[in-house]
Amino acid sequence: MGASQTRPEHNYDDLTDKSGCNRDDLDRIPALNNNPIRKQIITAFFDKRNQHQNDVGSLDEIGFEQFLMVMSHFRPVNSTATEEEKVTVRKQKLRFLFNMHDTDNDGIITLDEYRTVVEELLSQSGAIETEVARSIADAAMLEVASTNVPHMAPDDFYEGITFEHFEQILKGIEMESRMSIRFLDMNTATMRCGKLSS
Amino acid sequence: MNLVFIRQTYAEDQKNNLPVFTMNYPRIQIPFEITLWVLLASFAKIGFHVYHKITIWVPESCLLISIGLIVGAIMHSVHEEPPAVLTSNVFFLYMLPLIVLESGYFMPTRPFFENIGTVFWFAVVGTLWNSIGIGISLFAICQIPAFGVQDINLQENLLFSAIISAVDPVAVLNVFEDVSVNEQLYIVVFGECLFNDAVTVVLYNMFSFVAEMPVVEPVDVFIGVARFFIVGLGGMAFGILFGFVAAFTTRFTSKVREIEPLFVFMYSYLAYLVAELFAISSIMAIITCALTMKYYVEENVSQRSCTTIRHVIKMLASISETLIFFFLGVVTITTDHEWNWGYILFTLLFAFVWRGLGILVLTQIINPFRTIPFNMKDQFGLAYGGLRGAVSFALAFTLPDTIGRKQLFVTATIAVILFTVFLQGISIRPLIEFINVRRTNRNLETINVEIHCRLMEHTMAGIEDLCGQWSRFYWKDKFMKFNNRILRKILIRDSRAESSIVALYKKLELQNAMEILDTASGDIKLLMIKKFLAADLRNIHDILSKNMYKIRERTVAYRGKHALPNDSQTREILIRRHATIRRSLRPRSFQSSVSYLAQFICIILINYFFCWERGLGFSPARSSSSKAMIPLHRLGTLEEVPSTDVLNEESSSTGEGVFRTNSSYSDSRVPHPRRLNSSFDDNNSSVDDLRNVHEEDGAEQVGQRQPASPAPGWAAEPRETTARNPLLRRPQWNPKKK
Repeated sequence: MGASQTRPEHNYDDLTDKSGCNRDDLDRIPALNNNPIRKQIITAFFDKRNQHQNDVGSLDEIGFEQFLMVMSHFRPVNSTATEEEKVTVRKQKLRFLFNMHDTDNDGIITLDEYRTVVEELLSQSGAIETEVARSIADAAMLEVASTNVPHMAPDDFYEGITFEHFEQILKGIEMESRMSIRFLDMNTATMRCGKLSS
Repeated sequence: MNLVFIRQTYAEDQKNNLPVFTMNYPRIQIPFEITLWVLLASFAKIGFHVYHKITIWVPESCLLISIGLIVGAIMHSVHEEPPAVLTSNVFFLYMLPLIVLESGYFMPTRPFFENIGTVFWFAVVGTLWNSIGIGISLFAICQIPAFGVQDINLQENLLFSAIISAVDPVAVLNVFEDVSVNEQLYIVVFGECLFNDAVTVVLYNMFSFVAEMPVVEPVDVFIGVARFFIVGLGGMAFGILFGFVAAFTTRFTSKVREIEPLFVFMYSYLAYLVAELFAISSIMAIITCALTMKYYVEENVSQRSCTTIRHVIKMLASISETLIFFFLGVVTITTDHEWNWGYILFTLLFAFVWRGLGILVLTQIINPFRTIPFNMKDQFGLAYGGLRGAVSFALAFTLPDTIGRKQLFVTATIAVILFTVFLQGISIRPLIEFINVRRTNRNLETINVEIHCRLMEHTMAGIEDLCGQWSRFYWKDKFMKFNNRILRKILIRDSRAESSIVALYKKLELQNAMEILDTASGDIKLLMIKKFLAADLRNIHDILSKNMYKIRERTVAYRGKHALPNDSQTREILIRRHATIRRSLRPRSFQSSVSYLAQFICIILINYFFCWERGLGFSPARSSSSKAMIPLHRLGTLEEVPSTDVLNEESSSTGEGVFRTNSSYSDSRVPHPRRLNSSFDDNNSSVDDLRNVHEEDGAEQVGQRQPASPAPGWAAEPRETTARNPLLRRPQWNPKKK
């Protein structure tokens, strides 16, 4: 447990001592090595769209505030929240996922982008050929197309998944419960040492 | 013996004539009676489904008990004794393991492990709470002289309460599956029923031991607690051990496919018996054995064995359950009862009250630790769903005779069981609908959902790593790594790690392939053929005719009396499809039916050629072109795809029609919209790739075309998946198919 407790320290120290932390710092975290989508996760931290402002593009360095902004996407939903609030929170979380896919910031997940994601996801499960991943991505894309645009003529070209379609296909899942972290055992003592800026 | 008899008589004076017709009943009596009882109970089950409405409102357990009551009344009136077969030994050694094996085998693992903390919390602490609460309150009641039960001391009360606080999986599942509550609720109730056995066993043994002792000392309580841990953890350890051994054994059974299912049963039963030998929780042993075993065994065994295993488990469990409830009814009438209004009514009351209280308190404590907390409605469902059943019944019969009031206890147990099963069982469904407990959403088996769920899990694991938190995702990650690196190499014959996304994808593709074969629409063939040159068509026909011969040939190549024919699932699919097509086309002439057959095979194979043609246009250097030369060869020499649920149910459905295929397949008989290969510009190459990928399953090729043409192919899907989902989902969500 010692290692895990120094890690946030290390992180926050970085953030406080220097002006911010950049991708290499996050890259260096050893536990992320086994995660198939680590690149996307790290990029998500530097993505301006996740900062709740209407910017696009990406940052090179993030400060503690920005770190927190990204983490706020994973807030658990308060059980006393109203329906509206729940919908907003759900939208936020879905937006985070959407931004993870949509790397070129055009608001649509195209087939290539989806393929990249699927390939990365499956890259860890042993000998999956890229063709398999591709065909899965194709099939998934087709599913989205069929659920959202059911009456396409045979010659139409399905552009890509927009955010509305994305919401539609993930309608059944309880996002709020899956995408939330409870910081139950954050040791506040460790958090307070070091100088927290702002 | 008869021959000797004859000779003797010939040697003697031939006084007795040769008996032409003899009867020897005592010799076959026991097996005969068992068979008759089983048949009778099964007829009862058939009878229930004649009138459809009954089974919706009245759970099957109630019906079975009522029939048992009727039969018991008949037997009582003719002064017959019920067959001596239902001793508690028979119940615990033969009937209970089957039921529990089924519950364990078909337990949905992912929700189970997500809720494992809650399950154990309720199972252990909840049962303790119930037993002690009911015991003490009953003891308090006993002190009142008006009821005339003052001779029951505290230990005996505690013993009795341990018996009736055991929530019973059989009764509960019977009811809950039909109601389709939300997954969390289901899994918690289910898990609680299964795992509270550990506590019940310990308490029962402890109290029965203690009931014979004059004085109880504190050290005994400590021993009791220690014993609980041994019982629970020991049971699990044995289960895991046997599970691994079973998985390891099936790694080597590729040459003896016929007896593969046997290993599953024998090892589970062994786990049960060995646990009984050491008086540790046998139910936990068999459940953990089934859980561990299932994952690895299903990858090792052949498709047919997998289907057989599932089918046989369900059948045996069904028989067991039927018999248990049936006998419950019979024995109710034929035993001597001792009725005591006060005691029994208060037992009922306390059972109810303490369960409700227990759920309330326990949920308050554990809700903060849950990601999806239980709301009041869920808690009501949990409390009301605590039905008692067969386990309590059997335990009551094993009460030692030294207890003075044994008959009263038996009567009270039966009363509680009947009350909960009938009243709560019948009323739970309307109540749950009335208060609108969260239901489950069954339409979640799309690739997108699977992909995104996995994505979310990985994201969560990543974020948690960033923050240095260790939680569920972390442990799951670690376990999966351990699993992939070590366990799978040892236990699985052909250990390629397969992602669940890929498995789901294969399943859906197969489903689509079947769909296509199902529809007898001529358009498709015409459209596809149009794209070909005459020369290609000739090629196709040549290869087709050659390969059709090959397919037929292989089905008749049996290897001997005890060997099953060669397993190749696509061929199975094809043959069965041919059979159904033939059947559906019987009135027409032979010629046309053959041409239809050819047409369907055309459809499958055309994909190969279509892709082949395009492949040649793009990059001849690709390995795809070489594979194109022998696309049909692949059709014959298929490997087995790791088991997918759809295949079990597909092959069994097309063959035997046992599961509910007929409805879903007739639903899907919509003419398929045309699948033109349209303008996914950068996608043309994907069509090639798709073909390469599915080297294993020829029939799947049909499905491959769809990703190329965006909409129409999948347009029909959402509707069909809903129609088909009950069939394709892993069996645990199906209402029990009986």
